[in-house]
Amino acid sequence: MALYSDKVMDHFLHPRNVGVIEDANAVGEVGNAKCGDIMKMYLKIEDGIVEDVKFETFGCGSAIASSSMATELIKGKPVEDAMKLTNKAVAEALDGLPDYKMHCSVLAEEAIQSALEDYYKNDPAAKK
Amino acid sequence: MKIYADNAATTKMSRTAIDTMVKYMEETYGNPSSLYMIGQEAKEALEEARGTVAKVINAEPREIIFTSGGSEADNQAIVSAAAIGAKKGKKHIISSAFEHHAALHTLAKMEKEGFEVTLLDVHEDGLVRPEEVEAAIRDDTCLVTIMAANNEIGTIQPIREIGRICREHGVIFHTDAVQAIGHIKIDVKEDNIDMLSASAHKFHGPKGTGFLYVKKGITLTNIIEGGAQERGKRAGTENVPGIMAMAAALKEAAENMDSAASHVRGMRDRLIAGLKEIPHSAINGDEEKRLPSNVNFCFEGIEGESLLLLLDQKGISASSGSACTSGSLDPSHVLLAIGRVHDVAHGSLRLSLGEDTTEEEVDYLVKSVAEVVKYLRSFSPVWRDLEAGKTPHIL
Ligand SMILES: Cc1ncc(COP(=O)(O)O)c(C=O)c1O
Ligand SMILES: [Zn+2]
Repeated sequence: MALYSDKVMDHFLHPRNVGVIEDANAVGEVGNAKCGDIMKMYLKIEDGIVEDVKFETFGCGSAIASSSMATELIKGKPVEDAMKLTNKAVAEALDGLPDYKMHCSVLAEEAIQSALEDYYKNDPAAKK
Repeated sequence: MKIYADNAATTKMSRTAIDTMVKYMEETYGNPSSLYMIGQEAKEALEEARGTVAKVINAEPREIIFTSGGSEADNQAIVSAAAIGAKKGKKHIISSAFEHHAALHTLAKMEKEGFEVTLLDVHEDGLVRPEEVEAAIRDDTCLVTIMAANNEIGTIQPIREIGRICREHGVIFHTDAVQAIGHIKIDVKEDNIDMLSASAHKFHGPKGTGFLYVKKGITLTNIIEGGAQERGKRAGTENVPGIMAMAAALKEAAENMDSAASHVRGMRDRLIAGLKEIPHSAINGDEEKRLPSNVNFCFEGIEGESLLLLLDQKGISASSGSACTSGSLDPSHVLLAIGRVHDVAHGSLRLSLGEDTTEEEVDYLVKSVAEVVKYLRSFSPVWRDLEAGKTPHIL
């Protein structure tokens, strides 16, 4: 059996939404090089909708796939939905991750949370 | 192109080894302990194999104990030397920080049993210093165990010198030569070795077979109790097909060693020269004093597992010391031992070449690694910060 599901491999080999949004109004970075995975999320939020999202990731296959999947799951969605994205949802959408790789999906959830915190910090009025 | 560049993990069995193995499964399948012909034929074959193995390392046949591989040999060597020491009230062992876990975990077990273990520094070049071994030896030191060549970075240790020092101080010297045997010349007499571990699957023999060399006069402690096989020191019906195939593979490796090593070394140096061209990369371990087949690099700003997966897509089988490939949070203890910081150690790549590696393959390896490193850096936040000058480059 392969290490990862076909879904994980697909997102790892063809990551969606890779890169940077220069005029992002929500940016979050989590993880550290010590543990081996770092994710950075750039969101462009307009009228309460995640209009665009991009990521940069330093990490293993499942970290890259989790970042990619997380961006797909929140793109075009209301901020409230993005707020509620869980690592479980990311892992499930990837048809599962090996147990010892679940932390990668946690990182994806945290990266989005961190970006949204940044957003509310920049624009406190946006928080209902 | 398909390139197997992980010969330090294991090797493909040679044709000779496979044919030998089949013969002892199909024809001479008797139990060496049985008195009838087919059993005695197996027994004779076994002793012939013992002679073959002994000759390659310049030992006596009776000094060879067949084991299930390198791990068992390491376990038995350390436990035995410790038991000898304990009888004389000597409970101090010297080793190095970057030994294989087969040695390190056995040493940890001995610590629980009241032994004190000193792990020597291996310095940035991945080499143990003989003078530091000498300085660490105490009146109660019963064993020095230092590997002949490291499995990750391939650095070849000055075992002859370390062995000489051990002789002078009357301390048993064991070397884990699993990566070295069949690839570089080892002579237990000239190299002053008291005990040595080897594993067949690293020199084109089968997995699950190995041997322990024990100098005459050193009493072994059993790890496996039972029948009287292996002079009563290792119970269990002998793995005759495996042992025969190991001996055949080792004989072949020894006969071809000089020409194979010089070819592989040439390929290695070409590969090293090519990979050095990748910006912000560095070789791990001394460039000269390393196994002919071993290349190990760190690339800044990327992580090893994703590097391996993408190389796999290009038909390349390789290995990394990244945490994510091991399932733990820490990168390889070997890379940390030579002073690589976590950030850099995660981005390591080991390519271990085979005797049949060609120039075209080396060039393909260089091109593929360069492409994948560049691609992974293109969306690495770590690389972005390095390039923006937010964090300083280490390599
Ligand atoms: C240096 C070293 N020691 C010990 C071992 C263990 O050998 P085996 O796999 O035969 O138990 C290995 C192989 O992984 C090794 O490279
Ligand atoms: Zn990871």
